[in-house]
Amino acid sequence: MQTSFTPEQLADPQVAESEKILRRCVHCGFCTATCPTYVTLGNELDSPRGRIYLIKDMLENDRPADREVVTHIDRCLSCLACTTTCPSGVDYMHLIDHARVHIEQTYKRPLADRMIRGLLAAVLPYPARFRAALALARIARPLAPLLRRVKPLVPLSAMLELAPPRAAVRLPTPALREARPARGRVILLEGCAQPALDPGINAATIRLLTRRGIAVAAPKGEGCCGALVHHMGREPRALDFARRNIDAWMREIDAGGVDGILITASGCGTTVKDYGHMLRHDPLYADMAARVSALARDITEYLSTLELETLPKRDLVVAYHSACSLQHGQKITALPKALLKAAGFTVRDPAEGHLCCGSAGTYNILQPDISATLKQRKVRHLEATKPDVIAAGNIGCLTQIGSGTVIPVVHTVELLDWAYGGPKPAKLTGKTLDHPDLP
Amino acid sequence: MSQTIAFLPPRAGVLSQRAQIITDLSALLPDGGLVHEARELVPFETDAYVAYRQLPLAVALPRTTQEVSDVLRYCNRHGIPVVPRGAGTSLCGGAIPQPDAVVLGLSRMSAILDIDLENRVARVQAGVTNLSISETVGPDGFFYAPDPSSQLACTIGGNIGMNSGGAHCLKYGVTTNNLLGVTMVLMDGTVITLGGKHLDAAGYDLLGLVCGSEGQLGIVTEATVRILAKAEGARPVLFGFATSQEAGACVADVIGAGIIPVAIEFMDRQAIEICEAFAKAGYPLHVGALLIIEVEGSEAEMEAMLAAIVTIARRHGVMTVRESQSATEAALIWKGRKSAFGATGRIADYICMDGTVPLGKLSHVLQRTDEICTALGLRVANVFHAGDGNMHPLILFDANNLEKAAKAEEAGNEILKVCVEAGGCLTGEHGVGIEKRDLMRFQFSDVDLAQQMAVRYAFDPDWLLNPSKVFPLEGRPAA
Repeated sequence: MQTSFTPEQLADPQVAESEKILRRCVHCGFCTATCPTYVTLGNELDSPRGRIYLIKDMLENDRPADREVVTHIDRCLSCLACTTTCPSGVDYMHLIDHARVHIEQTYKRPLADRMIRGLLAAVLPYPARFRAALALARIARPLAPLLRRVKPLVPLSAMLELAPPRAAVRLPTPALREARPARGRVILLEGCAQPALDPGINAATIRLLTRRGIAVAAPKGEGCCGALVHHMGREPRALDFARRNIDAWMREIDAGGVDGILITASGCGTTVKDYGHMLRHDPLYADMAARVSALARDITEYLSTLELETLPKRDLVVAYHSACSLQHGQKITALPKALLKAAGFTVRDPAEGHLCCGSAGTYNILQPDISATLKQRKVRHLEATKPDVIAAGNIGCLTQIGSGTVIPVVHTVELLDWAYGGPKPAKLTGKTLDHPDLP
Repeated sequence: MSQTIAFLPPRAGVLSQRAQIITDLSALLPDGGLVHEARELVPFETDAYVAYRQLPLAVALPRTTQEVSDVLRYCNRHGIPVVPRGAGTSLCGGAIPQPDAVVLGLSRMSAILDIDLENRVARVQAGVTNLSISETVGPDGFFYAPDPSSQLACTIGGNIGMNSGGAHCLKYGVTTNNLLGVTMVLMDGTVITLGGKHLDAAGYDLLGLVCGSEGQLGIVTEATVRILAKAEGARPVLFGFATSQEAGACVADVIGAGIIPVAIEFMDRQAIEICEAFAKAGYPLHVGALLIIEVEGSEAEMEAMLAAIVTIARRHGVMTVRESQSATEAALIWKGRKSAFGATGRIADYICMDGTVPLGKLSHVLQRTDEICTALGLRVANVFHAGDGNMHPLILFDANNLEKAAKAEEAGNEILKVCVEAGGCLTGEHGVGIEKRDLMRFQFSDVDLAQQMAVRYAFDPDWLLNPSKVFPLEGRPAA
């Protein structure tokens, strides 16, 4: 596509990169078809092609972001279905990242929006604060319908409704993180929101890995991956989070070497795999960030290297929900299903598997209406496969889908841990591997 | 680009009334159905023929036939031009607006209304994508045959406007052969129904007139299309040749022998490289030209047809023959082919031609295409529906280089003239739009054009529907 930037504009490396991305787009429109917001709203402005055009117009004219542009950029889930579809190879992710930073730097959001975003950024990345907030939310939950009547407060009501009705049981982290004899050694990203919402996921991961002779390091000083603020365009803070993790992990890597940095929340995985790009202009961190990104693996990627034995077929039907960050962000599509099948589960794909469930980080809080529509659509397709259990590889999806169905929703790794000798996931009480109680 | 093709001058009376028009249309389209903020109009300034761009006055996104009727009646009364838009995937600028026009987008009318397997028909709203019809009826063993490469995104309304084709039209015909009925809104707001669930309707075959009328006779809001039972099996086979000439001659001989496969698609070396880079379908990279020939039916049927084709291909020195071994491989082969245009974006900007020629002239036109582009210092990739003689040279250039962009447009015009001189036509399936409008005189005599315009007049006497398209601006009857 033709672009018009001045040499002065292109001197900014960020603009130069976005210009290259824009030049690849030929405006064919294929991306519109698989974009959840276009499919839902039917407006070019809420499609990838429309947003690309809005961003192009804004950047070419060196214009601060305005209400119209922000409205449509905000509606993007960053699910990246468009990049899977795009035949031209347009790097939409880094273009929209740039646009979000530009918005954050040049646009003043309305007060309520600023407060909600500030609250999310101050609470979610910190497990202790998030746990406290969840406890508070359980108490305040009855207020949700009231809040929903005041438009600027709708995100608050969405937040209250998303909080799980019961507190997660705080499991002690498995004592045994070492494995003898050790076949391998990995770092497991502890994460921020996930351990508060569902500590069982990492516990299952550690059990499964250590049983297989893989030692699991817990580096001191790591924290949130930075995805949350990154998607809000708060780049300096996102980079701080990234640097902190890199520091923590490099100490571990230098101390004993690791085979991989494993991530059980694919939303975080997509971001850690992008550290190399995020810090490319940081002379101190660029190389380390690239090393860290090269070591980053989704848990299913790593498990598939362990040659887990094929187990006899069981009767439990798993509907596999492919998280966008896995299938579009990291292009991991068949692996998790292959692992589940090898573990003896019957795996079914829902229709429209490419469409986002509407979770998308904080999207279900900031864009509750679109998110709710997508959730219903997703749950309908998942339930149509008549599963005993729904599995996914991202905590956001688990929470989102779990709030819309009575069918248990678990992380892929919890099923694998169970099949390979671990305890049954708590949510599957009453179900057995051999005698499923079909709904 | 140089913008050598002129649009009609905007109607001053419309531009000066913009504020009032927006107020009125907003009232007709509740719930944000009218886009009118300056920033938000920019993404509607073009479609997939991105060389030309014009901002619209506003964009209407109706949800019902009634809303379409309300908008058209209003625009008709106030002399406001209307440009219909489906998914905006037109390669000839069919949906490019103009400053005094309201874009009428059908993207919110995307419901499948009725699936009638017994009568093998589907009734859908015009904004439904082509592929979603096949996806909906697929589990029951049916499909909708016309399959433009953009079928993932393009809408059935747009397909009707352009009488779209696709790879599988060699056997199953283009849109007009698979369309049974429409609900259409005339410019004055009248809602009419043409055809129905049956193969023919009493009275004039107005449906044939509407299909391919590029949004100039009315706006289709619903369509009844024929759906077909899927064959027992289908298998795309790759035939690699040393040269485009050999591949071209092979196509003519296959069809000449009375063999009609489902599809015969052609790719030259440049196109093979582009498609392989995206789809990783395993196309042979050492050949000069590739034919994807798909056969279908029972195993015995496929074997017999394939054997006959291989015999012919051998006479033309075929280098490799490879049958797809699995459904996944077959899907990749088609994914690569159908993404060819977009995938070209990886290496260059392009404009895509759509001339159709008699099969015996394929080799000659390929040769001339190459000569024309070489003489102008341009690269070209050829990927097209060879069985139909429907050629798609992709002329590659750098859109930020205005001189090259102008040369690309010049090359395109020359190539289309070669097609017409070879006994073919300007467009096989993409439509005339803005791109080929001024070449219409090369194809048609003044008398022929006058008759087409007379039909257009009968439907839209004030020339308000998609007014800058299809017919050259000079020689139009006075409004």
